[in-house]
Amino acid sequence: MRFQLTDEQQDFARSLDGLLTAAGTPAVVRSWAAGDPAPGLALWSRLADAGVFALAVPEAYEGVGPLPVELAAAFVELGRHAVPGPVVETVAAAALLGRLADLGDASPAKRLLPALASGGTSATLVAPGGGPYALDADSADLCLTVTDGHELTLASGHHPVVVSADPARRLAVPRPGGEVLAAGPAVTEAAAYALGWARLATAAQSLGVGLTLLEHTVAYVKQRTQFGTPIGAFQAVKHRLADTLIALEFARPLLYGAALTMAPADIAAAKVTAGEAAYTAARTALQLHGAVGYTEELDLSLWLRKARPLRDSWGTPSACRAAVLTA
Amino acid sequence: MDLTHTADEDAFRAEAREWLATNVPSEPLPSLETEEGFAAHREWEGRLAADRWSVVNWPVEYGGRGADIFQWLVFEEEYYRAGGPGRVSQNGINLLAPTLFDHATDEQRARVLPPMASGGTIWAQAWSEPESGSDLASLRSTGVRTEGGWLLSGQKTWSSRAAFADRAFGIFRTDPDAPKPHQGLTYLMFDLKAPGVTVRPIGRLDGKPAFAELFLDQVFVPDRDVIGEPGQGWRIAMSTTGNERGLTLRSPGRFLAAADRLVGLWHERGAEAELRDRVADAVIGARAYQLFTYAGASRFAAGGTIGAESSLNKVFWSEYDIALHETALDLLGAEGELADTAWSEGYVFSLAGPIYAGTNEIQRDIIAERLLGLPRGRRA
Repeated sequence: MRFQLTDEQQDFARSLDGLLTAAGTPAVVRSWAAGDPAPGLALWSRLADAGVFALAVPEAYEGVGPLPVELAAAFVELGRHAVPGPVVETVAAAALLGRLADLGDASPAKRLLPALASGGTSATLVAPGGGPYALDADSADLCLTVTDGHELTLASGHHPVVVSADPARRLAVPRPGGEVLAAGPAVTEAAAYALGWARLATAAQSLGVGLTLLEHTVAYVKQRTQFGTPIGAFQAVKHRLADTLIALEFARPLLYGAALTMAPADIAAAKVTAGEAAYTAARTALQLHGAVGYTEELDLSLWLRKARPLRDSWGTPSACRAAVLTA
Repeated sequence: MDLTHTADEDAFRAEAREWLATNVPSEPLPSLETEEGFAAHREWEGRLAADRWSVVNWPVEYGGRGADIFQWLVFEEEYYRAGGPGRVSQNGINLLAPTLFDHATDEQRARVLPPMASGGTIWAQAWSEPESGSDLASLRSTGVRTEGGWLLSGQKTWSSRAAFADRAFGIFRTDPDAPKPHQGLTYLMFDLKAPGVTVRPIGRLDGKPAFAELFLDQVFVPDRDVIGEPGQGWRIAMSTTGNERGLTLRSPGRFLAAADRLVGLWHERGAEAELRDRVADAVIGARAYQLFTYAGASRFAAGGTIGAESSLNKVFWSEYDIALHETALDLLGAEGELADTAWSEGYVFSLAGPIYAGTNEIQRDIIAERLLGLPRGRRA
């Protein structure tokens, strides 16, 4: 037993952190939210070059995966830097296509997986266990849908973008119809497998979002002075931050434990715990920043608005708790 | 990164499971906070010890099996899975023994540890005083130098297990002129039956005498029962909080077993939808605590230390334990208020968790100051 990230895994996460810090993600997120995806797509290429999108793709299709632990470590960094785009959905789509190939239908994988692994194309996905909206369908290269009737289709387009509480999440309902890529019970089975990857990646992203919210808030309460003292010296402030750290630090082992077992109940446990911890961090961050935290202008808002949608996407807390008990 | 057990750990698990299946009493023992239950639990400690299961992580020479932290975790999982009784000797094993391993002489270890392992000597802790709770360093009980030892006087309180225990350990002010409150304290062991000791049991919330006040009037303690150097008591008492004790104060096995029992109760009670989420949270929390502990154990095994992180651990398990028992009582509905059920006993026990071993307020201060780097507040 060595339940710790290896040096290589930590180095990988650190290199992504360096890349994303240098990229200055807040400006990228604001452009993305305003409908200009160019800086986000440039960042996508750099993440692809670092190998992020190859982690869920088997070697047979030019990936390096499946490597769920590395994926979790990477997505914590994506969350920490609020990276926009259908990152989770691209990973889930890759997992779906890879699994479908394992189950005997390799043609969609042959056609689509290599470009997903290399970052040449991005994908969004609507599938059972997720909501009706395709995230960032307006900028994704592929819009995949899994229907209740066991069909995997490549949607030909989408309805107009609707606004999310997190403006960097651009939501659209795919138009019905489109090319059927695969059909049969294997599609449903592959989609269930993909849901696990979507939940794992979302959990990791949530943890990262929560860590950044905590980090920014700790920095703020150390420098914000009232009554002649940094507000971080007050117990009411300290204890709220301590509880936030506890929530995040107990989500972390669930995340990596789930990545190791990939058991649906473990993944659901990680998803609900990381999602709730990030939301706790958001509430703490907002409260302790005071009025300035309630402004769009402060970059904190980029993370504040992400916490709750991530908590609910690819499985609400209630759905995940139910999944824990059905194991 | 992995979560796999070695073949040795698996073999150890199988051996423990087999022994426990044969030996764990089929009927629960009476509450260990009663005289009858205390005696029954002491006897159980003896049975554990006879086959070297009472202190598996101690060296063989003191009655253990030399188990490492992972084997210890495996044993605990099996112990509570099998429904093993609460450990009446836990104050000694979890609090005093680590201090002895770090700071005692060979003679002290050879004399004190084997009877602790067998249940022959049950230990109580004697930290708090009426005016010194969270601010422990303000304590006023004294040790005065005398021929061949020390004379202890003063009052200790909230002394867990002291109503029926044999001996106690704690810190006493032996140098009243030391410039700071943390200085001039000495770590001592003393006999609860010694002349000059009066034990007054205190009923906890449900009336059971789970702790006691200790009145000490010139109680003689020989030099051989001083641990470490006189005057170094504070450092010695605090030093063991930073090692694996941070991991072993509450074993994950206990909560995994409790969560399993809760799921059983939930199924038995007709799977009420409104409580489903809370039952799920109990399952998730037990797993989180197990994995958090495995991560800490991995760091420890790799040569790292467990410092202020143990405060995260303490707040988590103590609040988790209460939430789990509250859910059980809610599932029991009208029967939830009945005393003398296992759930009710567990609930009352859990309520003390956020208070003892450093209140959760103190733990949160430690987390904020040492892990998050926030400024120190008024607490000295």
